[in-house]
Amino acid sequence: MCAVPHAKVALMAISSRGFSVKSQVGFSTIALLCIFALYLPIFTLVVYAFNDTDSMSLWGGFSLRWFKSASHNVAIQDAVLRSFQIAIIAATLATAMGTLAAIATTRTAPYRGLNFKYALINQPLIVPEIVTAVALLIVFARIKVWTGYTGGAYLVAAHTAFCIPFAYLPIRARLEGMDLTLETAAADLYANPWNTFTNITLPLLLPGVIAGYMLAFVVSLDDVVITEFVKSGGQETLPTYMLGQIKKSITPEVNAAATFFLVLSVLAVTAFYFISRKKH
Amino acid sequence: MVKSQTAAVDVRGLSKHFGEGDTKVIALNNVSIVIGENEFFTLLGPSGCGKTTLLRMIAGFDFQNEGEILLYDENIANLPPFKRPINTVFQNYALFPHMTVSQNIGFGLKMLGKPKPEITARVSEMLKLVQMEELKDRKVSQISGGQQQRVALARALAPQPKVLLLDEPLSALDYKLRKEMQIELKRLQNETGITFIFVTHDQEEALTMSDRIAVMSKGNVLQIGNPREIYDRPADRFVASFIGESNFIVCKVEKKTRGSATACLPDGTSLTVDCPVDLELPQPATIAIRPEHAFISEKPGKNQLAAIIKNIVFLGTDTHVHTQLSDGTAFVVRQQNVIGEKPLQTGQNVGIRIADGAARILKD
Amino acid sequence: MQNNPSIAETARRSDIRNRWLLAAPALTTIILAAIGPLLVVLMFSFMVRGDYGDVKYWQFSTNGWLSVLFERDPIDDSLGLSSANFTIFLRSIKLSLITTVITVLLGFPTAYFVATRPEKSRHIWLLLITIPFWTNLLIRTFGIQDVIRNEGLINNVLLKFGLISQPIQMLFTDGAVLLGLTYVYFPLMVLPIYSSLEKLDFRLVEAGYDLYATRAKVLWNIILPLSKPGIIAGSILVFIPCIGAYVTPRVLGGGKNMMLGNLIEQQFGQARDWPFGAALSITLLVIVTLALLIYVRSAARESGSHGH
Repeated sequence: MCAVPHAKVALMAISSRGFSVKSQVGFSTIALLCIFALYLPIFTLVVYAFNDTDSMSLWGGFSLRWFKSASHNVAIQDAVLRSFQIAIIAATLATAMGTLAAIATTRTAPYRGLNFKYALINQPLIVPEIVTAVALLIVFARIKVWTGYTGGAYLVAAHTAFCIPFAYLPIRARLEGMDLTLETAAADLYANPWNTFTNITLPLLLPGVIAGYMLAFVVSLDDVVITEFVKSGGQETLPTYMLGQIKKSITPEVNAAATFFLVLSVLAVTAFYFISRKKH
Repeated sequence: MVKSQTAAVDVRGLSKHFGEGDTKVIALNNVSIVIGENEFFTLLGPSGCGKTTLLRMIAGFDFQNEGEILLYDENIANLPPFKRPINTVFQNYALFPHMTVSQNIGFGLKMLGKPKPEITARVSEMLKLVQMEELKDRKVSQISGGQQQRVALARALAPQPKVLLLDEPLSALDYKLRKEMQIELKRLQNETGITFIFVTHDQEEALTMSDRIAVMSKGNVLQIGNPREIYDRPADRFVASFIGESNFIVCKVEKKTRGSATACLPDGTSLTVDCPVDLELPQPATIAIRPEHAFISEKPGKNQLAAIIKNIVFLGTDTHVHTQLSDGTAFVVRQQNVIGEKPLQTGQNVGIRIADGAARILKD
Repeated sequence: MQNNPSIAETARRSDIRNRWLLAAPALTTIILAAIGPLLVVLMFSFMVRGDYGDVKYWQFSTNGWLSVLFERDPIDDSLGLSSANFTIFLRSIKLSLITTVITVLLGFPTAYFVATRPEKSRHIWLLLITIPFWTNLLIRTFGIQDVIRNEGLINNVLLKFGLISQPIQMLFTDGAVLLGLTYVYFPLMVLPIYSSLEKLDFRLVEAGYDLYATRAKVLWNIILPLSKPGIIAGSILVFIPCIGAYVTPRVLGGGKNMMLGNLIEQQFGQARDWPFGAALSITLLVIVTLALLIYVRSAARESGSHGH
């Protein structure tokens, strides 16, 4: 009996606000909490980087001293520099190879070996990092013994390999969306294949190439596991340096270096996001 | 009617198939066409008839399985597209989105390695020709469909090709713009004196613009001729039904003299008909009659087909009278509307008179 | 007339040859620095372990594989189930599955929220989800550590308000690993569900309401079934990196709460049992491949049942 007035009140509430077809009870709350939770640890980490105490616990006021000390720490300097060197070389190689591979695997009737190429190129996305890391450890350890060479080429090769799919995918997406008749039109207007590629294909592909480069760059900067297993002595990148610090007592210095890294990643990702959204 | 005796394009025995075995599709079947210099030549047919394949092969985008393509007596069939002095206006225009109007028009000349001043001069000449001077620095995404069409034309004409190929270039435009562009295209062809090969599925477009038309179906060329010939003397049933409208009646051919015959219709009427084909007598055949070559008379008479009016459709200047002959065959008569005329009634019994020389026997 | 019968065929062949040449650098790099080494791992798993790491070459042994689930009794040399390894296997699978379920429960509402924002602000919300995913995994894990450490954010706040008198030990527990995995892979669940929901035709939802369905029934009978491909894809994307996780359990689980990835690492570190480590790696790879196969099958069934 009392259900009826309740229903009426509920109906009135709905009609006064209007009935939203899309809303679901509690979803917005969960979503906002999740997005908040997504940023809470990152903010905490960043805030501790500006903390003016030696310990990692209490807030001692705002300070840039840890940024100063991180920038004077030779180990951190060295690790940051190496991270960037590897990322730049690996992303460049991966993007060049990924571009060629994308051209080789799009806009064609299926042929024997095409699926094989897809599987091969995307393989680094599927195999768990720890497995690849172990495999590279085994093989590179042997090669290091045989050749006596222990330089950075191993890291570059490993990074290039797992960066290729990240560079490849946005470039391929861009190519698949490209109008084939534009290249036909260029050939019709006396452009030989090379001129067609440089005058038409490449300029139209550029947003995809930039996006691919940025993804590869960020992925290379991020890597811990494979680098940890492949690196020779003294070849720390910032992530492996940080990982090495967890056994020792962590100082906000690590937070400061991480914050610097974080800012760069966020800039790269945001740029990637807007470039890939841009349409002709 | 070939304007000049020189052959610009001579296609000989061209064949093309896609796939092999069970999936083999024949796109072109031993096609031979001679296109004269300075001609406006149209390839007309429904989609899938092979007209675009033929065009793409002349341009060099597809390669033939058999046959050769001569451009002013030189075999170009094995040249890549960028070595053929032939340019194309694409169906979707294929303008380069990252270039301006001027850069698009100058692209071909740039690729040919022409000096800069020459390119600039030629581009402004082309801009003037298609009346696009004011928009020369716009990106092509910032201009309308009709303007894009003009840029595509200018771009293809700028390198002064020996032949211009047009692949359904008007299909994306609305009706009014399409009519304007038809006139514009004719003007450009006259001014430039370049041979145009035009592909369309629109028979009206083909009839109004072309010097000659090749009607294609299923990879074959069925008939080549000027618009009048194709319309008045279609070679077979497909051409008669694809171009304009036709009524088809099955009859028996009884007497045959040179070029004409006497046909006996199912209801006993006999009719003198054109007969371009060899027939053994007596033999059943199909005759075609255009709706505008038949007339309704309210009192059935001698040598008239007895019919009953089923439906009357008013079309503005004309009226379509849908009738049924005594053997059940549908027959349409197109009448001009005259003021003060007594209107026909559905269900009325009438006679249909066929104009002299209007009936024609067709190959099936 | 047969002047060039095979010119089309020749063009096709040279096109395919060029395509192989273009793909060659990428394929070679991946074969040399990713796939080839996997074959070496497979070989190593069947060799005799070396005394100081490495293996004794070309000496065949299945000990590496036996160690995956069994251990030899030191006294009578009989085989028994290895409870230590078994626990780690179980923990890896359990934590991965729980993480997957939690990310679905939290990720679906989040994806739904983003997908129902007005078009203009939607891509900002999406960017907010994407940014953490592309920031360094280790840094984010360190961030979690900063939150749940004994001297971290949560304990500090709770102590300050007098809710607790002793810091709660949260770091170095299974719960910490679970929290870390959920946190780190949450965006991988949201993004595919979002792309399913983005395509959802809300006229179907209106039709549901029109036919007397309540909100809950619309959600259960219309929205969820239509976003199933996204949920399945997200589950796979979360489960696979979880089962192979190495950094998160190492940083948040400490030494004790190991997962498969850490067990593998151990064999190449302190334990110096490369054949066993290799066998574990192949096992992990097989689990991942099985998960992928299940996904491919269900995705194929899904697209089959909806027809065209």
